[in-house]
Amino acid sequence: MPMPEWLRLRRGKQKQPIEETALWIKCPSCGELLYRKDLEAASSVCMRCGHHFRMNAFDRIDLIVDGDFVEIGSDVLPYDPLQWIDKRPYPLKLATDREKSHLSEAVITGFAALDGFPIALGVMDFHFRGGTMGTVVGERITRLFEEAAARKLPCIVFCASGGARMEEGMLALMQMAKITQAVQRFMDDGNLYVSVLTDPTTGGVSASFGFQADVIVAEARASIGFAGRRVIEQTIRQKLPPNFQTAEFLLEKGHIDMVVARANMRDTLVRILEYTLDRRSAAHAIGAVPELSAQ
Amino acid sequence: MNVIVEREKNLAELERAVADLRAKGVGRDEVRALERKYVELRQDIFSKLTPWQRVNMARHPKRPISSDYLATFDAFDELHGDRHFRDDPALIGGFALLRGRRVMVLAQQKGRDTKENIYRNFGMVSPEGYRKAKRLMETASRFGMPIVTFIDTVGADPGIGSEERCQSEAIAACLTALSAARVPIVATIVGEGGSGGALALGLADYLIMPQHSVYSVASPEGCAAILWGDAGRAEEAAERLKLTSDDLSSFGIIDEIVPEPLGGAHRDPVAFIDRVMGSIDAALTRLALRTPQELFAARYDKYRRIGQQRSQIDSAKDTL
Repeated sequence: MPMPEWLRLRRGKQKQPIEETALWIKCPSCGELLYRKDLEAASSVCMRCGHHFRMNAFDRIDLIVDGDFVEIGSDVLPYDPLQWIDKRPYPLKLATDREKSHLSEAVITGFAALDGFPIALGVMDFHFRGGTMGTVVGERITRLFEEAAARKLPCIVFCASGGARMEEGMLALMQMAKITQAVQRFMDDGNLYVSVLTDPTTGGVSASFGFQADVIVAEARASIGFAGRRVIEQTIRQKLPPNFQTAEFLLEKGHIDMVVARANMRDTLVRILEYTLDRRSAAHAIGAVPELSAQ
Repeated sequence: MNVIVEREKNLAELERAVADLRAKGVGRDEVRALERKYVELRQDIFSKLTPWQRVNMARHPKRPISSDYLATFDAFDELHGDRHFRDDPALIGGFALLRGRRVMVLAQQKGRDTKENIYRNFGMVSPEGYRKAKRLMETASRFGMPIVTFIDTVGADPGIGSEERCQSEAIAACLTALSAARVPIVATIVGEGGSGGALALGLADYLIMPQHSVYSVASPEGCAAILWGDAGRAEEAAERLKLTSDDLSSFGIIDEIVPEPLGGAHRDPVAFIDRVMGSIDAALTRLALRTPQELFAARYDKYRRIGQQRSQIDSAKDTL
């Protein structure tokens, strides 16, 4: 379905993206009170200190793509393979998150154009089960890479995840293996993969497709790591340095290619596409996604 | 304290009591009755272990560890280091001969005692260990050597240094190397397999699991800490995680369960290890019949299917 309609439909059902309906929002970093409308206009980046609020997948897609978005994998929906109950039964937790986030799962996948380049795009959303990866995230992202490979399109994935989803047990962990294989085939075929690590990217997502890309971009100040901060503190019984596991920390240690502010994200991605792919091929490649070229 | 070790102590006391009675020449019937009770009790304890008891069995101080398996190879030459930072003793790798077959072995190594455990970091591998593994996987693939892995870890090392050197990238690189390998891969869960740190050696064509080993998305302690902020509720977490060999077999995640003697593998380690090695050898023999392309395709399909949705299966049926 073309994006304007797709987004209108999805957004129409969606409530306020940032914490209920408050008119003013306090920046958790500098404490500044920000007017909601202004904050939204600034792509949820604090106008005073540059703190990047977590972004929902709809806003993210809106920020990145030219206009159209063709969703795939929306028919893949969660189930409860372990009959899991902790504080609440797993299906109830899913229902709550569905209502809150207006997402059916923690990732949206599909095709779009980015400054004329047709791309396969995956966007994870922390507001659904902490962006955790279960069988649906695994299946949708695997399909995304398979479909992108079949169409020879570059693939961009925005990661935001607490890791593998406990409630789906080992089936969740195995998604790391499943996605890795699809990514490996995709890249081996000579296709471009760019991952964008946003706040937070940890555990099984960072330890698989998060760090398997040709180019690894991190959004400014994002928290990125394998083990959670609390786990590390409990294990070593030591306070951690304040910038530990931030995008800037990883850049300094040499593990990511660049740290990019949200305001520059789209332009940066376009330049990466221009460097790696031939701009002249873009117009031709758009034919790979008939729904996009129809516009 | 390990709950299995505790049970074993109780049983040992009972065994001693029976022996004492016999020595004192107490009536035969009485001794027989006690002996029967002992056997029944033992059967009762070990024939239906709870998930938490299995976790303790998997961590039993006498349970065979990777080096016990390595000792049964015809030959082994260890290869060290990641060529960048250091050699990680928590991960042992190298060339080996397994019943006459040349293979590349990669093993997570716990220690037998506190001193060795500290040296081996309790089998928790650091990025340099995974990078050594990745290097050896690629070598194995180039020279047509099957990859044989032994998994035994509560999880990847969660220290400051491991984060500074990017544990995520190191594990991801292992997964990529195993995905790309054009040789058979056979993995065995020696004791416990926890999280991505275990999976880094576990993406395999054939996955073997001793009956009382456990394999889970997070360690029970880690899971409890995440769910309830209380690692002390590990037993509850273990109940929910579906981490036993039976559970994983029903999900199609493991390919073979190797039965253990009553009371666990450590009751008869030599015979048990021989049995596992036999299973590994048999799997390698079967996989050797496949071309690299067939291996690659079958491995892809194996993981492609895991956790596929009912809705998806249904919609596939509709289109047929």
